[in-house]
Amino acid sequence: MTERTGGNEKYLYYPGCSLHSTAEEFNESMQALLGALGFVWEELSDWNCCGATPAHAQSEFLGAALPLRNLILAERQAETWDRPTGGAVELLVPCAACYSAFRLAEHEVREGGERGRELGREVAEVMGRPFEGNVAVRHPLEVLGRQEAADRLRAGVERPLTGLKVACYYGCLLVRPSEVVSFESDPEHPESMDKLMTLLGAEPVRWSYKTDCCGQSMAVAESGLVSELTGRIVRAARGAGAYALVTACPLCMMNLDSRQKPGPGERALPVFFFTELACLALGVGRPEAWFRRHLTDVRPALEVLEAKQSASA
Amino acid sequence: MGSGAVELYLPGSEGRPVLLSPGFVREVEDLAGRMVSRCYQCKKCTSGCPAGFSMDYQCHEIIRLVQLGARDEALRSAAIWLCASCRTCRERCPNDVDPATVMDCLKVMAAAAGVPLGRRRVRTFHRAFLATVAALGRAHELGSIALYKLAVPGAALDDLGLGLRMLSRGKLKVAPDGIKGRGEVAAIFRRAKARETRLRKRFGRTGAAEGRGGHT
Repeated sequence: MTERTGGNEKYLYYPGCSLHSTAEEFNESMQALLGALGFVWEELSDWNCCGATPAHAQSEFLGAALPLRNLILAERQAETWDRPTGGAVELLVPCAACYSAFRLAEHEVREGGERGRELGREVAEVMGRPFEGNVAVRHPLEVLGRQEAADRLRAGVERPLTGLKVACYYGCLLVRPSEVVSFESDPEHPESMDKLMTLLGAEPVRWSYKTDCCGQSMAVAESGLVSELTGRIVRAARGAGAYALVTACPLCMMNLDSRQKPGPGERALPVFFFTELACLALGVGRPEAWFRRHLTDVRPALEVLEAKQSASA
Repeated sequence: MGSGAVELYLPGSEGRPVLLSPGFVREVEDLAGRMVSRCYQCKKCTSGCPAGFSMDYQCHEIIRLVQLGARDEALRSAAIWLCASCRTCRERCPNDVDPATVMDCLKVMAAAAGVPLGRRRVRTFHRAFLATVAALGRAHELGSIALYKLAVPGAALDDLGLGLRMLSRGKLKVAPDGIKGRGEVAAIFRRAKARETRLRKRFGRTGAAEGRGGHT
């Protein structure tokens, strides 16, 4: 497989519904980061919702057909580009839930036997063309971990996150089912975000809740379940000495950011998108504006960072 | 395939005779595309299940109910709705049973069969969420929360403070985001609906309408 890096190839970009609403700061910081590293991309035109958990819980067909429409649109859009190298176009999907839905749908069409063929046929009838498999769905963490992007990131750090201990939280959707979605060498112990945080000068802590579930979309109907699960994750991160949690998923962010109940004398643990911290270190984008959108005050982490930075200066 | 009442001691049935449908496991295997009969009850799924503390039956018990043909116990359980689809069970299952997919399949069957749902409000949320996607092509959080609260008695004031804080930070968009291709999305929903109708004919019971029983 040829190594493709930022700047040389044009990517497609699928933001998804969360990045247009609850997690706009993820969308803005993601694009600020990609831009700073020389990536070139085009947003997928007229994209639709991936369906998330409600779709696959209601109908296996719906859960796969909604992402499949987007994959067909991606193929159509990339055909209009002048692409001398050919091959599959890479579609960047920052939302972990959308990423997972896309990978699972693609897997179903390719490997799902008669059921997968029927799915492909039905969506092709709706769209007037089949999905031919010329789209490679990528999470930005995978692409940013490639050598050239990592080198640019390291070279671009203006203000290292020295002394900032962070608990990198991957959740479910980037790692399971590993044979379909994971780009980690050990899906039970993912490291892509830890490596990225290390490049930025931060100190990822060792902890055991990297891939435990936050409760996802149960937040509305079963908020008690979600409070319990997020409580465990926050306690574990705090116990490991982290000053902040870092996530790559808008649903994890929503649950961790909104449902903390700090004990007496404790302050809630700040939660960041990995892209926000990367932009802070690179000195790009509008981190202050993004941080104002958070429900949990991020200042405790920023204060630690400032104290450590001035001590090391 | 016949079914018969058998004196079966299940945690939830407290010694009441449980009606068994011997063909149930094949129905689930056919619909889920997973070999449920392979499960040998190692409980790795339950050991790793983050939502287990809230469930009436544990993950391996749901699988066992299916193997036994305890159709009603499985379809009426709260557990199938409390599964958060984290897929830890699928990752660790030595027999590739994929309990998370089986849980989804049981949700679909429970809705099609018209039995009282163990956690109806979870399905109500799913439907509210999907209603905005079907209409607009994209999810609209505020709209789906409003639809959910209208449908669930007593939910109107849940998380009201959180909702207001999210609104004030611009995290809930008031104006929905629609797409040009919503006709294509609607066509996908129509095809999903046609499948649901077929399933209702297959699994439904006469006179049983979805949503019998109140919100729990």
